[in-house]
Amino acid sequence: MCRGAGEAQNEVRDSFSLNIMARASRETSIRNTLGLHARPAMQFVDVANQFSSRVMVYKGGDEPAEADGKSVMQMIILAATEGTPLKIEAEGEDAQQAVDKLAQLVEDKFGEE
Amino acid sequence: MEIKKGIGVSPGVVISTAVVLDAEDLLIPRRSVPPEQAPAEVERLTAAITQANEDLARLRDRVTAEVGKEVGAIFDFHIGVLRDQSVIKQIRQEITTNSVTAEYATSVVMRKYANTLLQLNDKYLSDRVKDVYDIEKRLLRLLIGQKHEDLLHLSRDVVVIAHDLLPSQTAALNRQHVKGFATDVGGRTSHTAIVARAMGIPAVVGLGNITSEVSGGDTVIIDGARGVVIVNPDREQLEEHQEAGRKFDLMETELRQDAPLPAQTRDGHQVSLLANIEFPEDIDDSLLFGGEGIGLYRTEFLYLASEHEPSEEEHYSAYADALRRLEGRPLVIRTLDLGADKYTQAKAQNPERNPFLGDRSIRMCLHDIPMFKRQLRAIMRASTLGDVRVMFPMICTLLELRQAKMVLNDVMEELEDEGVAFRRDIPVGMMVEVPSAALMAGQFAKEVNFFSIGTNDLIQYTLAVDRTNEKVAGLFCPAHPSVLALVRDVIRAGRRNGISVSICGEMAGDPLYTLLLLGLELNIFSMNAPDLPEVKKIIRSTTMEHARLVARRVMSFESERQVMHFLREETRKIIPEVF
Repeated sequence: MCRGAGEAQNEVRDSFSLNIMARASRETSIRNTLGLHARPAMQFVDVANQFSSRVMVYKGGDEPAEADGKSVMQMIILAATEGTPLKIEAEGEDAQQAVDKLAQLVEDKFGEE
Repeated sequence: MEIKKGIGVSPGVVISTAVVLDAEDLLIPRRSVPPEQAPAEVERLTAAITQANEDLARLRDRVTAEVGKEVGAIFDFHIGVLRDQSVIKQIRQEITTNSVTAEYATSVVMRKYANTLLQLNDKYLSDRVKDVYDIEKRLLRLLIGQKHEDLLHLSRDVVVIAHDLLPSQTAALNRQHVKGFATDVGGRTSHTAIVARAMGIPAVVGLGNITSEVSGGDTVIIDGARGVVIVNPDREQLEEHQEAGRKFDLMETELRQDAPLPAQTRDGHQVSLLANIEFPEDIDDSLLFGGEGIGLYRTEFLYLASEHEPSEEEHYSAYADALRRLEGRPLVIRTLDLGADKYTQAKAQNPERNPFLGDRSIRMCLHDIPMFKRQLRAIMRASTLGDVRVMFPMICTLLELRQAKMVLNDVMEELEDEGVAFRRDIPVGMMVEVPSAALMAGQFAKEVNFFSIGTNDLIQYTLAVDRTNEKVAGLFCPAHPSVLALVRDVIRAGRRNGISVSICGEMAGDPLYTLLLLGLELNIFSMNAPDLPEVKKIIRSTTMEHARLVARRVMSFESERQVMHFLREETRKIIPEVF
């Protein structure tokens, strides 16, 4: 498992919420040509908001950054262009479903092209 | 404590709590609030966000239906940002940790995001900066709008601090609790000054940046006579001004006692003193101050006070209300005089480049006959309820006057066909407020029943000075010999043709010009009610013989300085306490 930025902090908190908190993560990359611009970011946030889990997105590459997957502002400021590696991580009861559905959305190029 | 010097435009002294208004498109200055007020600011933020989301959803649906889904989706992003909990949390934190207003916090956080986006160096994303500015503006508009609302529902006395007061804002003021004005810009004849004098409350304008130096809740002293504003005064200042305020009130009471006396000179020459009003409710005060009727009813406030154009019935009920209060005294209704003001310019699809020379006043009415007719119908219907006279503003050419009278005739014919009662011989007059009308007063006098000289516009158009532009406002002066010559000629033309002439501009209520105007044989003075007692006192203290001498001398001067100096000296001889 690839460790993204911010992982260490999450583990501290996990140590006492381990019983109820499920965690899931998945690595993927941006595939649509325009990158993670406003509309895809909106779609991502809309989907993320369907789940109760907390969603974090870690951007890899030259300028690593992280964003709250439920904040459209933070998502666009990631400025993830085509080919940027992303790690989607969720924490909560429906963590696995959230991660699967979000990764699918990214890999489907947000319905573009 | 901070002492600021401006232009005192309405006398009196008030000590009260400040309410600060922001104008749209202005930088929101940092405004601290007491920490215990932060939760209220957070609440205002939440309310503004909820409202913005509702507005945006409606806007998106409309745009989607009219233009298509692609364009409508732009607003989805706006809605997305306004629902972004991390953004909202940041604004809230800004409010609570730094104890600032919701406006300031919104501005800071949104601008920070805008800067981050700009630095991303991505064409698609830097375009989103515009959206972020849009969202910021929407929230600010709503937040500031809430404050306007607050001005209507005040529960305690306040003074209003603003960049400049817009007519729409003054129309929505709570007149019972607003006790003074202080503004960044403006001059003696600015809208703020006119409203303050009409309300009889102190005002200081042209203070530069008072809006950024006063925070809502500060204690402020406004000394309208000396043109001074003191922010958070010390104890000594407070006591001194409380004393000054008492003295002013005392003088006011004394002057009011003379209200029932006739405006007659010592040698028996009598003139009429009328009042200018904006709302029918102003009539009661006007009569109290000794007004013998209303020489100028500014009906545009009917338009400014509500979001929509008033219906015929709304016009009618305002006029009927005014006539009831007047009990047979005259009421001169000026037809709509809007156009070259921020209110209509902000609403216009294509703001004019030169609105004071543009589609304003009677020109605007003649371009919208149905609207013009609604008002004229209401005036004619009210004409049976009292002494109503109708007056057209901004007449420049005979053709305009004839067109306006033709529309009035049409209205009369329509009413006759409908069997509605009206007074066919209603006196019809015009404002003389542009040089072309003043120069042709002899010809105009044959086609109207009365003239009313609007000195504010007449000065502006004669001297080519925008009185609201503080850089040139100093050039705006009623005492300029060219203006005085026009005023003299209009009064003469009226007398030769046997029609009455009044002045309803600021000049009529300025005691400095009372002797001169009297000497020029002006018979009707119409002014803001609080100015009536002083003008009457001067009239009652002099003789026509003296006034004529003063006028003759003044008309021989070649500069406004000479005129003002001489008039000040002469007036001081009669009543030294005025200056």
